[in-house]
Amino acid sequence: MRLIAENLGGERGGETVFSGIGFALDRGQALVVTGPNGSGKSTLLRIIASLLPVAEGSVLLEGGGEAFPSIASACHYLGHQNAMKTALSVVENLRFWRDFNGGGEIGVEEALETVGLGGIGHLPFGYLSTGQRRRAAIAKLLVSHRPLWLLDEPTAGLDSASEARFAGLMGRHCAAGGMIVAATHLPLGLEGAQALVMGQAF
Amino acid sequence: MSGRTEGGAWAKASHIMLALLLRDIRLNIRAGGGALTGVIFFLAVIATIPFGVGPDLKLLSRIGPAILWIGALLSCLLGLDRLFQADREDGSLDLLVLGNDRHMLALTVLVKCLAHWAGSVLPLVIAAPLLGLFMNMEPLSIGATALTLLVGTPAITFIGAAGAAVAVALPRGGLLISVLVLPLTIPVLIFGVSASYGATANPDPFLQPFLILAALTLFLSVLGPVSAALALRHGTD
Repeated sequence: MRLIAENLGGERGGETVFSGIGFALDRGQALVVTGPNGSGKSTLLRIIASLLPVAEGSVLLEGGGEAFPSIASACHYLGHQNAMKTALSVVENLRFWRDFNGGGEIGVEEALETVGLGGIGHLPFGYLSTGQRRRAAIAKLLVSHRPLWLLDEPTAGLDSASEARFAGLMGRHCAAGGMIVAATHLPLGLEGAQALVMGQAF
Repeated sequence: MSGRTEGGAWAKASHIMLALLLRDIRLNIRAGGGALTGVIFFLAVIATIPFGVGPDLKLLSRIGPAILWIGALLSCLLGLDRLFQADREDGSLDLLVLGNDRHMLALTVLVKCLAHWAGSVLPLVIAAPLLGLFMNMEPLSIGATALTLLVGTPAITFIGAAGAAVAVALPRGGLLISVLVLPLTIPVLIFGVSASYGATANPDPFLQPFLILAALTLFLSVLGPVSAALALRHGTD
């Protein structure tokens, strides 16, 4: 499986945000996207996820096979928002996304243990702190299997212990043949990741 | 073999959609209050009519079915703006749209519509017979109106979904959705009201307009979600 972007350009509201982005990501590799505010990191991720149209160039997934014919079907997208309902409990939220996206190797409870939220799954999501919410959203990546993780500022709001734990999770995902594209300002602790610095051309 | 895998895929899809349905209904009950707002608005509209029209009981019972339908229609439009907006605000909508390759987005929208109907519109249908008493309607007329509302209101939700999808990115889209949707619901209103009258007024037929109403609901259950899915697919930003 291979994620390839060639001469990729993106626009927001008719204005070109970036252009000429290219990278190739093999199984087990990660790409860390950095750059100043407004350089188009989030736009790039949303274009890769096919939530936004490609303005120029192309991005495609090769060798996904029958299970993952397109990038949209092969990716987990973790955006700025956590995509969880405040009125439902953490477990109910995760259980819904597992049902909706298809089950992975580990269950909801185990995923919560992995991100350090074991024992509070029964609480409404709205009662959680910012960092805990982010961790619950990370647990969402674990309950369904997707080879490609698209992460937008994944560690925003996390304490250093959770950051380290998340770095371990990302390392394990890559070691298992997964791919990661992460936009961030903070070092993620991903070893051997490719780097893409945006906003230099302008 | 292929029959079995098809059956498996069907079972999987229905499992997924059931999960979505239960989640939305649960959200509607816990976070909503949408049902109560709608019913109270419906009550307010119906309770005002006799004061405006005057205490002419015959007139009230004659216009009863039409007033009930108009009241239900307006109340239906109330909560529509939240149909996708809540999901958009917390980022869930992106993930629902991303699921398009696994299970059609239109199907997801259809299930969301059904959950919305069960949570916010069905209470209106249940309240309608009680409000019919305010209008001095006969039991048969009340029953016919409630039945036509039961069959016809899903169509309003399906049209509303298309409007809600178009206006999902607008912060105060509620009024715009109503303006967009109201003209499109007129056929549903016409056939709903004429079937309600057909049950009591002797020469008028009941079955024909009722069947057209049912056909409208079925037709819109496809057209509404498909166009809403199209709007959502191209409306992400």
